[in-house]
Amino acid sequence: MELILVNVIDGLVTGLLLFMLSAGLTLIFSMMGVLNFAHASFYMLGAYFAYQISLALGFWMGLLLAPLIVGVLGAGVERYGLRRVHQYGHVPELIFTFGLALLIEELVQFIWGKNQMPYDIPDILNFTAFSIAGNSIPAYKIFMIFISVAIFIGLLYILTRTRVGMIIQAALSYPRTVEALGHNVPLIFMGVFGVGTALAGVAGVIAGPVLGTFPGMAFVLGSIVFVTIVIGGLGSLWGALVASLLIGWLTTFAKSYNIEMSNILNGIGIVTPSNLEDNIFRDLWTVTSPQIADILPYILMVLILIFRPAGLFGKRHT
Amino acid sequence: MKKITKLGAVSALSMIVGASAAFAENIKIAFIDPLSGPFASTGTNGLHQFEFAADYMVNDDGGVLDGQKFEIIGYDNKISPKESLIQLQVAIDQGVRYIVQGNSSGVANALTEAIDKHNKRNPDSRVLFLNYAAVDPALTNEKCNFWHFRFDANADIKMDALTDVIAQQDDIKKVYIIGQDYSFGKAVSAAANKFLGEKRDDIEIVGDELHPIGKVKDFTPYARKIVASGADAVITGNWGADMLGLGKSVIENGFDGPIYTYYAAGSGITAAFGESGKDRIRLISQGGINPIASEEARAAYEAFEKKYPDGNIDQSRIFNVIGMLEKAIEQAGTADDVVAVAKELEGMEYETMWGGKLYMRPQDHQLIQDMHVGVHTDENIDFDYDQSGFGVLTESTVEMASMDSPTTCEMKRPE
Amino acid sequence: MSDLKHTDIEDGTEQITTDPTDAREKMRAGSMTYTLMPWIVGAVLLVIMPFIFTSNSALTIMNQMWITVVFALSYNMLLGQGGMLSFGHAVYAGVGGFAAMHIMNASDFFASFPLPVLPLFAGLFGMGLALIVGSFSTRNAGTVFAMISLGVGELIAACSVIIVAFFGGEEGISGDRTYAMPFFGNEFLQQIDVYYLTSFWVLLSAVLMYLWSRTPVGRMANAVRDNPERAEFLGYSARWVRFYSFVASGFFAGIAGGLFAINYEILTEENLNTASSGVILLVTFLGGVGFFFGPIIGAVVFTLVQTVLSLQTELWAFYAGVLFLATVMFFPGGLAGLIMMHVPAFKTGRAGTLVMPYIKTLLPAAVGVLAVSALVEMTFHVRHAATGDYDMTLFWTTFNSHSLLPWIIAIAVAVLAFWITRRNMPELRAAWATANTAREGTV
Repeated sequence: MELILVNVIDGLVTGLLLFMLSAGLTLIFSMMGVLNFAHASFYMLGAYFAYQISLALGFWMGLLLAPLIVGVLGAGVERYGLRRVHQYGHVPELIFTFGLALLIEELVQFIWGKNQMPYDIPDILNFTAFSIAGNSIPAYKIFMIFISVAIFIGLLYILTRTRVGMIIQAALSYPRTVEALGHNVPLIFMGVFGVGTALAGVAGVIAGPVLGTFPGMAFVLGSIVFVTIVIGGLGSLWGALVASLLIGWLTTFAKSYNIEMSNILNGIGIVTPSNLEDNIFRDLWTVTSPQIADILPYILMVLILIFRPAGLFGKRHT
Repeated sequence: MKKITKLGAVSALSMIVGASAAFAENIKIAFIDPLSGPFASTGTNGLHQFEFAADYMVNDDGGVLDGQKFEIIGYDNKISPKESLIQLQVAIDQGVRYIVQGNSSGVANALTEAIDKHNKRNPDSRVLFLNYAAVDPALTNEKCNFWHFRFDANADIKMDALTDVIAQQDDIKKVYIIGQDYSFGKAVSAAANKFLGEKRDDIEIVGDELHPIGKVKDFTPYARKIVASGADAVITGNWGADMLGLGKSVIENGFDGPIYTYYAAGSGITAAFGESGKDRIRLISQGGINPIASEEARAAYEAFEKKYPDGNIDQSRIFNVIGMLEKAIEQAGTADDVVAVAKELEGMEYETMWGGKLYMRPQDHQLIQDMHVGVHTDENIDFDYDQSGFGVLTESTVEMASMDSPTTCEMKRPE
Repeated sequence: MSDLKHTDIEDGTEQITTDPTDAREKMRAGSMTYTLMPWIVGAVLLVIMPFIFTSNSALTIMNQMWITVVFALSYNMLLGQGGMLSFGHAVYAGVGGFAAMHIMNASDFFASFPLPVLPLFAGLFGMGLALIVGSFSTRNAGTVFAMISLGVGELIAACSVIIVAFFGGEEGISGDRTYAMPFFGNEFLQQIDVYYLTSFWVLLSAVLMYLWSRTPVGRMANAVRDNPERAEFLGYSARWVRFYSFVASGFFAGIAGGLFAINYEILTEENLNTASSGVILLVTFLGGVGFFFGPIIGAVVFTLVQTVLSLQTELWAFYAGVLFLATVMFFPGGLAGLIMMHVPAFKTGRAGTLVMPYIKTLLPAAVGVLAVSALVEMTFHVRHAATGDYDMTLFWTTFNSHSLLPWIIAIAVAVLAFWITRRNMPELRAAWATANTAREGTV
């Protein structure tokens, strides 16, 4: 029972971290209609910048400055790269972000080398907040939860309660009308792209010390961010939140309990074949839930796309 | 249109492939390992050690035979079996007769089979495969062949030595085994189960599981299970980011026992563990460097550090590869006839500066050597890793580990 | 331009390469001349290449190129011709290849037919998988199709380490091609034998894929790509047209997998993973999705970059990334589009006037690019080489990377070269405009 509570907290942390990435990506997606493959690369840049800044000015300045730098870089990429490619259509845009992801990884290796960086949790947060049945919950995890919840509330407030948010929402759906009303739509798009990448940067800053700061960190996170926003429904902030938490809990629980496929199959009345060693399906029988935990989101996504292509909270069908 | 591009390709190809056979007097050794991509740091560090060892041990002393030099050529296989086979072909065409590789047993499996087939089909350009780090037991058992020599201890031998040490710890009653879901992780798990059962049948194995390799972002759920199981010790074969992720997560989330493992030193991992891993992480390896075994080794290490201040000699067996190859070539009197060289390597005994004696077992081409279990600490460390002040201090040594271990290898020797 | 980009969001039924308006036109399929000439030239080249490059490594690299050609052409059946963006195409080649390996290991069955037939079986297995996946993934195009392909690709790649019986886990499945029935006495022991086998299949597959694009289904694929509603009104089911293209593409991908199995005699997880699927997308795009021969160029160039350039520099992936970004940003039609831009000039007979301006701009530009890459290499050397190891060799000269002179030379050469390029650009623009008087001046 205690373990369930611990897993709920762990899943929440994973889910909220995923949310910080998917929130920016889903905004960018609904704006430009393109999957930004380099989104996770901005997350990596956030971690590396924060590490570099933390060497000189400490962790907190890193948390403040690194996302800003990442956001400015992101806005620059939109202004000088994507905007140019946008006119050719969506595939070139996608390839552009794809190539950008490749290039950022190479650049990071060029500058910081290929080893893992010793980027650590600040001492002030490096203690155990509380323990549940011998499982300690580090204070840093509580800190991560607070940051992500604050960001979610802030985003929701800006998008639904402020004038800027209204213009952004309108620009996402009816760009030409908004432009006709005298708003600078390209500037809005650049701003949204910058904010989206800055959010990815924040995620990198706070995830770097726990998940590791190394050149492959963007790739490891990889396509799971897209899966999240597709499950949640493209362009929906609530959808991104629900899907992130769903994936966080799904993978955490699947890893925490060793459920074997044979148990499930026996449970529904299929008897284990006697000569399992020679059976061609032997590997399927012995599959355990931790082995497949990380591909469960993909299964979920394919099922959702087949039966509800708009995603959980999506309004339209892209 | 097609013609133009193909002609372009033609000129590029001829430039590269044509530039071979220029330095006929050198003995070329192809280093086929990742030099770009996520595993590049391990590969690059290995290449530096090979280049240094070749210069330090052979070339600076006037070379082998009548003054021939060892030339290490790096080929980037991007840790892909396909690329490795392409690079193998390129290397053979450039006159290479000795292949060294170590990262990833998957690549080693692909290479050993390809080399076996190549040597069968092309008796004029046979090559030897000197494996310095791939430890899948199959390579010296059911998949063994005459052309493959392994200079590291295989996963079974290491686990045999590691469980010797665990068996002496009376306070360990429960262990948890966790590893990456592939051949090596499975081999570690099987060996741990077998040896613990033989040596300490009172130890309960409270968990034995595999996780996807290189895909786990957050090890927290695994750490929770380990803590919940009440384990006194963790045994893992994880390496790279998986080792660091697992180790940090287990420690952070409240596990307070030792972690017994294979690969948790150098390449940034020692620095990243730092204080949190002190006295917690215990590693099995050959060639301990703290305390260093000989003055000769100390001089070599200091010379290496002077050349590569960021580097570590984390694979001292690389020096053994170079030293034993040099000796075999001298004794065979030729570097071109690889069969003669291989026959010299078989059964060779060699005194290494890193301490102890080496013996290349002829039945399966597995090197038998001393194994050390060390602890991650910052006390009494002469040679640290990653300039972190932390290093591995040898706590116990198993001499000539698994000398008489069985092998299923049926070696077919050429006439 | 900026007002155009939002249209597809509003109507909500966006296709990946659709709207023929404006700059996108550059990406659209062009018509190929019906002559047999390109095929004959191609066949002759395939035959004589081994006489020019006799070494085994050149043969291995060429084999890799031709396999990539088949794979990229099959990918373009989806992307270029059908407007379907797939992130998991490697699995069809991979599964075909794994099936071929299993056939290779089924000794009695394998000994009953000659080796050149094997890719056909691989193709059938690739097609079989495409039949299953296509039955649900081709219902929608656009993002839904793309994301299903990503999900399925990840699933099958993950299965490769879980289902050891079929995929062999991390070390893969290996076999020996020489156990097939001898083919006119040939056991395919040497690379050169395998080269001709591969070449035969490349030519055959390319011809078949070209003919497929000329069939009514192939033509309808273009129509469905550009405007599915209109195609539906004409009485064609967009879904079935996509399905047929998908299955055919799976078949040819499977053939590429079978050729891989014969060449390397081993298949591993890397034949299935998303990185391989991503690479084939880049290869196809680099070559140009709008023209049938585009992917061929892409495959050749990319293989050279990956295999040959990586022998020269550790930074090959960096250069590859720059190459892709530059292509996407400046030549969205890919290398093929770049070549085809010159067709009008040839037709008007004024191509000759372009030669001199090209030499005057491209030559200094190339020198400038080389000088910049020299700067990159020098920076890398200073940062990452061993202490005290100051000597580096670049462009056949050895120098001290810590002295000032080489830096000054490289920077001076780069600046000078780009200055000359810039100065001569107007001349090229003018020449281009005169050579293409029928068209608008677009460079």
